[in-house]
Amino acid sequence: MVVPRLVPVGTRACLVEVEDGPAAASLADWARRTGISAEEIVPAATTVLFDGVDLPGLEAALAGWTRGAVSEPGPAVTVPVTYDGPDLAAVAQHWRCTVEDVVRVHTSLELTAVFSGFAPGFSYLSGLPAERAVPRLATPRARVARGSVALADTWCGIYPSASPGGWLVIGSTDAVLWDADRDPPALLAPGTRVRFEEAG
Amino acid sequence: MNRAAVEVVDPGPLSTLQDLGRTGWAHLGVPRAGALDRGAAALARRLVGGAVDDAVIETTLGGIVLRTRRAVTLAVTGAPCPVRVDRRTVDHGAAVTVPAGAEVSVGAATSGVRSYVALSGGIDVEPVLGSRSTDTLAWVGPARLAAGHLLAVGSPPSPSDLPEPPPAIVVRPRARELRLVRGPRADWLGEGSWQALDGATYVVGADSDRVGLRLDGPRVERRGGELPSEGLVLGGVQLPPSGQPVVFLADHPTTGGYPVVALLLDDDLDLCAQLRPGDEVALRTM
Repeated sequence: MVVPRLVPVGTRACLVEVEDGPAAASLADWARRTGISAEEIVPAATTVLFDGVDLPGLEAALAGWTRGAVSEPGPAVTVPVTYDGPDLAAVAQHWRCTVEDVVRVHTSLELTAVFSGFAPGFSYLSGLPAERAVPRLATPRARVARGSVALADTWCGIYPSASPGGWLVIGSTDAVLWDADRDPPALLAPGTRVRFEEAG
Repeated sequence: MNRAAVEVVDPGPLSTLQDLGRTGWAHLGVPRAGALDRGAAALARRLVGGAVDDAVIETTLGGIVLRTRRAVTLAVTGAPCPVRVDRRTVDHGAAVTVPAGAEVSVGAATSGVRSYVALSGGIDVEPVLGSRSTDTLAWVGPARLAAGHLLAVGSPPSPSDLPEPPPAIVVRPRARELRLVRGPRADWLGEGSWQALDGATYVVGADSDRVGLRLDGPRVERRGGELPSEGLVLGGVQLPPSGQPVVFLADHPTTGGYPVVALLLDDDLDLCAQLRPGDEVALRTM
């Protein structure tokens, strides 16, 4: 069994490195169920952040963790997109194809919401093949418009509100990603299966 | 029942309500928020006999104008600024009791950025996810203050419950210096980059805000490549490929994909709240 690696973040937080997103989700879920005391437990792509935690206590407790089973697939959501993003041409260049091909590829993907983060309602969607990976912007934009559909590395995401960001924006959607009065508030909660279609 | 104690006449460039912030929601992408200059906010609460997590008003550069609907005791701390009650100057950094119908003007900051206004009894608004703080990244929490907003306050403490006021308020001028320790991704720094940070001078960027303090200056070399997005902490110093560091403040995104190469000492976060775009700041590695 692989023992997860602890990377200290100062004296009262650490990143626990695991092999992938589902493993991170499983570890975070286990930590909550076991009652590990932390101000924040944040699963991500290959890590879980424990913030406001007793580091020696956490390290001892982690010995008791084994990776859980993969959970059942969640609900399916189709998101309409207008492909008019400022980085559409840049993505076509990375992929060595036309802008039309980018739209065709993006609308044919079957993606899964793996974890939330960055901002309320922002879901990291996996399913972009490794050969389609794109780098983030060298200098993040101070403001990315609400509803921007964007790519970074092999992730796809939608900005739920205007915010700073470094992802490559390929389009926009009117879908409401976060509504505090809705249950659950996030449209793309972890586990949701996501497809994109060209808005009519 | 009309419990409104104070009306916002002019909110200035940006005024929000802030308490200690909300924890436990980062995994859903909800930032912590909370007063940026925690020391100044705590002093304001203490001056009016408030609880440690009472919501206070945080202003940005331009102050705020309020009108009282009944007598209230308030205190202004943080960035120094003229404070007037019906054009009469009153003390900054002291509890002031204001009669009903008075105009309270918290002026533009003469230095620093953020002033704090505490009202005795605490500002009474409905908490969102357990906090009365406004997060400016995604606007979770009470709306930013606008002209015409009415603020209710709780019951002020009886005079016998008031704590002893601090004997003297000493606001020491602080060196414009940010102290850093190595962060979780310090191994992304180029050779010699950590040493080069020590003593380097940066200028506070124009787009600095409650999300982050952006530093413009010598490019910090780092290796290329992409880091899988991971959880971020308050005071994390992120290094995009541009080599210009960003210090994460209270409204920082909860995850991000640029390496956090350094961490700001917790004691220096309050200083970040008061640095203006264009200010020079020196870095110190510990």
